[in-house]
Amino acid sequence: MPGRTAAARRRPPRWIVMTVLVGLLAAAVLAALCGGAYRIAPGEAVGALFRGATGDFVQDQARNVMLQIRLPRIVLGMLVGAGFGAAGAALQALFRNPLADPGLIGVASGAALGAAGVIVLGGVLLPAALAASLGLWMLPVAAFAGALGVTALVYRLAAGRGRLALPLLLLAGIAINAVSGAAIGLLTYLANDTQLRTLTFWTLGSLGGAQWSMLAVIVWPVALGIVALALQCRSLNALLLGEAEALHLGVAVQSVKRRVMIACALCVGALVASSGMIGFIGLIAPHIVRLVVGPDPRAVLPAAALFGAILTLLADLIARTWVAPAELPLGILTALLGAPFFLMLLWQRRGQFGL
Amino acid sequence: MTRCATLTAGAWLGSLLPMALAHAAPAASTTNATKDGPKRVIVAGGALTEIVYALGAQSRVIANDLTSLYPEAASKLPKIGYLRTLSAEGVLSLHPDLLLAGAEAGPPNVLSQIEAAGVPVQHFRHGYTAELVRENIRGVANALKIGDDGTRVAARFTAEWMQVRDTVETRYGIARRPRVLFILGHTGNQVMVAGQDTAADAMLAYAGAENALRGFSGYRALSAEAAVAAQPDVLLTTTTGPSPVDPAASLLAQPGLANTPAGRAGRVVSFDALYLLGFGPRLPQAVADLAKRVHAV
Repeated sequence: MPGRTAAARRRPPRWIVMTVLVGLLAAAVLAALCGGAYRIAPGEAVGALFRGATGDFVQDQARNVMLQIRLPRIVLGMLVGAGFGAAGAALQALFRNPLADPGLIGVASGAALGAAGVIVLGGVLLPAALAASLGLWMLPVAAFAGALGVTALVYRLAAGRGRLALPLLLLAGIAINAVSGAAIGLLTYLANDTQLRTLTFWTLGSLGGAQWSMLAVIVWPVALGIVALALQCRSLNALLLGEAEALHLGVAVQSVKRRVMIACALCVGALVASSGMIGFIGLIAPHIVRLVVGPDPRAVLPAAALFGAILTLLADLIARTWVAPAELPLGILTALLGAPFFLMLLWQRRGQFGL
Repeated sequence: MTRCATLTAGAWLGSLLPMALAHAAPAASTTNATKDGPKRVIVAGGALTEIVYALGAQSRVIANDLTSLYPEAASKLPKIGYLRTLSAEGVLSLHPDLLLAGAEAGPPNVLSQIEAAGVPVQHFRHGYTAELVRENIRGVANALKIGDDGTRVAARFTAEWMQVRDTVETRYGIARRPRVLFILGHTGNQVMVAGQDTAADAMLAYAGAENALRGFSGYRALSAEAAVAAQPDVLLTTTTGPSPVDPAASLLAQPGLANTPAGRAGRVVSFDALYLLGFGPRLPQAVADLAKRVHAV
């Protein structure tokens, strides 16, 4: 195909793309460190990270804000972006469909169901002693359990005799999303005023809850998930040719599908549990980088992880500075940034649908 | 085509970034709490804001939350957002030396982050009683180190409260208690009504009226048939600011509500939401007004 080779020729070498992305990520981290509602001069901001306690109230407070509030938030932002970006890239390759998204296999709605369940029924169903010992962890734990539970159910429906039927997975995902939606609706109906508001704001997503203790826990499932996805890149590339072709190339197709599913559930479940629903990163980050590096998952996945992190950091920077001293929910901004872009992509792809 | 898309995306993001960074400016100076009491106070909670004004300490307040709507001057102060979704950095960016956090303020980890950054946070309890209002008056006054003013305002509140309780008891005590249905929000296709453990339920009890719907707690969506079955004598609702719709007309347009005794007689009472349900220092007046209105119609 001459058009394809011409497109390939126009593509910059991968190492340049990666270097640019790493550079952009560093710049985004720096911008996120310097910008924020709490005004710290950019020079001061980085210095405050490495300075010990001085005993001066103003300087120590600035240092506290940097170390205890801004930095964990930036780390969580990078994890969220990288995790959603990588999961989106892997699922789009697996389904050979650019519209695939981590939400498709039920992870996000499962997490939302778990969170809604504990917000509304937590006080009734859980023994008080257990609730007290879990404390602030109750919500993320329930959301994570919900994400894994629902994904397992979807997986169970679509798998059998050592095979995983992707169309069935997709349909089961849609059906389970509808069931979760109805269950969340029922919980919304049962919720009192306070619970309803908690639920709403959880659904909108925010990185505001970032704490080192929480990050120390979620970094493991997320890193494990991203690494597991990265290890499947070669097989996913072969899968782009089609399942039968990949099988002939020596790819263990069924175990690749299974591993991608589990890795996505692990990483997206942990992320949704800690930050609520943050949409569109998993959908648009792989899309944008694919336009630059081409369809090969070996390039798309790492680039999407980096670009997702950049997008999330910038969106969060806007979320916490635009209406300061108040704060916008991040989920609104990622949708605000992502949806118009997505519509533009759809417009460009009209040709593929015979329009 | 693809390059065009990438460039457009870049421009899209690029145009938003300066907007975000525009807020990053050099550090502001901070004043520490002095022995005269905190000077840079942030209030999260409409009732607490009213208490601060009743204490005459409003000059110390530098910002408050979106529910602080009364008195009018309070609504013009810088806002830290909705009190349930505070931002730690946002609050700290104003360099407060005290945060008065109402019972609903949160999320909890944000409050603990603010405390960890060296800003004292005064927490207040949740509840709908006059005792709690008095306790909050004392609590705010002590936090601001104006205990004498607190004693004075709390005493005045107590006196007003006793008088209102007496009036309600003597004037309406023997009369039949009117059955009142409290309706939250009067637009949309379903009415939300108040059960037990709500500010509205407590207010009705204080005003010598009966909540027409008991047996559940919080606010619930109510069907038209259940509204008719509750047989309310009076419909009570709230307004927030000037509304283009007459609350009585929109309530009576709802199916069911028009067929209740209250609906047939057109007995609809409405109050400002913060005044009726705020449980601030205006509680005695609110109870007196509510009693007068629900017993008169």
